[in-house]
Amino acid sequence: MTETILIILGISLLLYVLLGGADFGGGILELLSRGKASKIVSRAIAPVWEANHVWLILVVVILFVGFPTVYSTILTALHIPVLLALIGIIMRGSAFTFRHYDLEAERSKAIYSSIFRYSSLFTTFFLGVTMGGVILGDISMDYSKGFYAIYIHPWLNWFSFAMGIFLVVLFAFLATIFTLGETKEKEHVERFTKMAKYLIVTLVIAGAVVFATAEIEGHPLFYEFYHSLPSLISIVLATLALPLLWINLNRNNRNWLRLIAGFQTTMIMVGWFAIQFPVLVKINDGTDITVQSSSAPHQVQLQLLIALIFGVFVILPFTGYLYKTFKFDDKE
Amino acid sequence: MDEFLAARLQMAVSLGFHIVFACIGMVMPWFMFVAEWKWLRTNNPVYLDLAKAWAKGVAIFFAVGAVSGTVLSFELGMLWPTFMEHAGPIFGMPFSYEGTAFFVEAIALGLWLYGWNRLNKKVHLYIGMVVGIAGVMSGVFVISANAWMNAPAGFDWIDGQAYNIDPVAAMFNKAWFSQTHHMIIAAFSATGFAVAGVHAMLYLRNKLEIHAKALTIALAFASVAALLQPLSGDLAAKNVAKLQPAKLAAFEAHFETQKSAPLIIGGIPDVENREVNYAIKLPGFLSFLAHGDFNAEVKGLEEFPEDEWPPVPIVHYSFQLMVGIGMFLILLAVIFLAGTYKWKHWLEKRWWLKLLMIATPLGFIAIQAGWVVTEVGRQPWIIYGIMKTKDALTPMPGIQYTFYTITAVYLLLTFIVAWLMSRQIKMLQNKYRSHD
Ligand code: HDD
Ligand code: HEM
Ligand code: HEM
Repeated sequence: MTETILIILGISLLLYVLLGGADFGGGILELLSRGKASKIVSRAIAPVWEANHVWLILVVVILFVGFPTVYSTILTALHIPVLLALIGIIMRGSAFTFRHYDLEAERSKAIYSSIFRYSSLFTTFFLGVTMGGVILGDISMDYSKGFYAIYIHPWLNWFSFAMGIFLVVLFAFLATIFTLGETKEKEHVERFTKMAKYLIVTLVIAGAVVFATAEIEGHPLFYEFYHSLPSLISIVLATLALPLLWINLNRNNRNWLRLIAGFQTTMIMVGWFAIQFPVLVKINDGTDITVQSSSAPHQVQLQLLIALIFGVFVILPFTGYLYKTFKFDDKE
Repeated sequence: MDEFLAARLQMAVSLGFHIVFACIGMVMPWFMFVAEWKWLRTNNPVYLDLAKAWAKGVAIFFAVGAVSGTVLSFELGMLWPTFMEHAGPIFGMPFSYEGTAFFVEAIALGLWLYGWNRLNKKVHLYIGMVVGIAGVMSGVFVISANAWMNAPAGFDWIDGQAYNIDPVAAMFNKAWFSQTHHMIIAAFSATGFAVAGVHAMLYLRNKLEIHAKALTIALAFASVAALLQPLSGDLAAKNVAKLQPAKLAAFEAHFETQKSAPLIIGGIPDVENREVNYAIKLPGFLSFLAHGDFNAEVKGLEEFPEDEWPPVPIVHYSFQLMVGIGMFLILLAVIFLAGTYKWKHWLEKRWWLKLLMIATPLGFIAIQAGWVVTEVGRQPWIIYGIMKTKDALTPMPGIQYTFYTITAVYLLLTFIVAWLMSRQIKMLQNKYRSHD
């Protein structure tokens, strides 16, 4: 049962990265294209951003109900980057909506747009830093060590920053692929195709930097990947999909593009989970928080699972209907 | 500022901010549903215009409600990690269902707002109702979680650990019904009077049909809610008397245990001397309100150790404010119902429109006051009788800075939303003026 809940947790996180990532990336994309993409990004994101967003809430709820010590440890040790990401979430969500609904005055629109763009970048970066802090394992629970060691060091390091940059590039890439599927105008298709190619190259470099900085911080990430068969397979598959992506970009095969980009992201996440399992949060004195040590009692997990299964049956068809109504058709 | 105070204030600011948007997000879909339904029935395009005009404003409220709610779900752990570590698994069940309700609401809202041209008219109408139902459901779930903090149930507490957790019993705790229905009614009342107040102001300036229709819809909901509010509040008070006698005593600044206890209206509590100055006292009425019997004994604060008293004056003033506003809103409801029935041109009466304008913020002020009563009245406990709030505080120092930051962000947002609304309203007026 715990495994099932973990799988649902993983899927929710994955969907947040894919769907939410495409909409965070939208802001970054606008920044990269100096505003030229903003109409298409707005049109593509507006009907779905609230629904995309709820995946994050689901992740949080599963954590505090099912694995409460994971929730409380992350939010204590990584309080600062989480707070920064939250402020970014407030700013970008509000600015996006204000821009969409404030029908007057171009001048205020320009302000909302720049808030939306910069806070998208800012938020993504700090979400990445937070993830980096969780993976690296320099979290300390020894409160006698002083402020810096407990609240700053776990996230203020090369590895976490590399994770932040990696996530920014990943989200921008996902947004490019998503937006490519939403436009037919030749000029835009060309621009986004080119941008997607640049981003793929950058993503590979950023990935390499993540591994390199892990070594600098003394975390043998490369070794762990190499010695876990599922991780190795998933990384190989993600890499093998790269040429496929390139070919489909050249042919502008939009559905295939989404599928491959989604597959690659899934593989990256699977690879990460595989080396992490069964540890959920690494602690620097070795008393890691594992699945067993943090699981809520049986009765609680049972109720959680029932709620989740009930939710899945309500949500999935309804989400499908939402996407069907607004996607893959050219009515406007 | 000390860490503990900063954390409590940050929680209060974040919740007080969220609740306004949550109430509007919960209630406005119902108003829009009625407007759209009237449009389909009467074919009067004014109703369609009204539904669409409301939707423009509501979309903004929804978005801010969603982001501020997201922040809350993190803040619980960032400020009170010890509380969440123990409470999360116990009161988590309503939150897991709330997640489903949010999803349904967000999806249905997306369909409703952007689907005017893509969906069949009937489907569109009913999707509006789904938004409303899901909103009310999320309200019920989250308040059941809060009710559990007031009336903990569904676990055995042994040596600082919870055993034998039963999430279902925790959700259906002894306060869940009295709190949820009182809050849902309050949301309808507050939002209804706020919307009516804005349209009354606009109608005073420019007698347009759209404002008259808006006034009727909003006041119909608000009046029914306002009339139900004291009945439901009475139930809530009786429940508090049973479950949290110290809180009830703080409502009334009731220091000594007494038979035939008086209801205290107004007054300035003097905690040191254990008395209330300058108050009107109605003998026996507190006994009646708390236990349904004029002679019943009501426990006073003296029964409890002083370090377990909530801050009495804050709770007392807030309670008075909430009930006072409740009484005033009943008056408005009666005028509305009688007026619709008796006077043909009740909408033309300027004093009535002005009265409604005055009432615009009152419901929301009562909601804030009511939450202060509930939350501050529970102090010093975070889980009543089980865990003290100060023992749940995060070990991280410097919370005052996060408090200042969050407060500044929310102030800024409040300002922008108010400005956007006034612009939206002006545009609506200009649009109609050019038609004349
Ligand atoms: C429009 C807003 C509004 C109005 C007019 C009233 N209330 Fe209220 N009240 C609330 C809005 C509210 C609230 C904000 O919704 C609270 C806070 C927690 C809750 O569940 O509801 C609340 C809480 C609350 C509680 C505390 C429950 C607890 O601590 O568990 C009591 C005893 C009452 N109310 C009683 C009344 C009475 C006797 C009223 C007489 C008219 C009244 N309320 C009007
Ligand atoms: C009495 C208190 C509360 C009520 C009545 C309430 C009700 C609501 C409602 C109706 C919504 C959806 C409407 C909208 O988006 O504007 C909402 C949004 C939200 N609320 Fe609250 N809420 C309350 C307190 C809380 C608390 C304490 C939390 C967190 C622990 C919370 C978490 C959320 C979240 C995460 C959302 C966003 C959902 C989305 O993205 O659609 N709420 N709330
Ligand atoms: C949205 C309406 C709500 C408002 C306006 C509100 C208001 C407040 C206030 C004023 C405090 C500070 C009390 C003090 O320390 O003196 C507080 C504390 C708190 N509230 Fe609420 N509350 C609301 C709903 C909720 C809900 C639905 C939950 C949880 C499910 C919740 C959880 C908490 C927690 C954990 C604290 C901190 C601990 C404490 O001070 O007891 N609140 N709230």
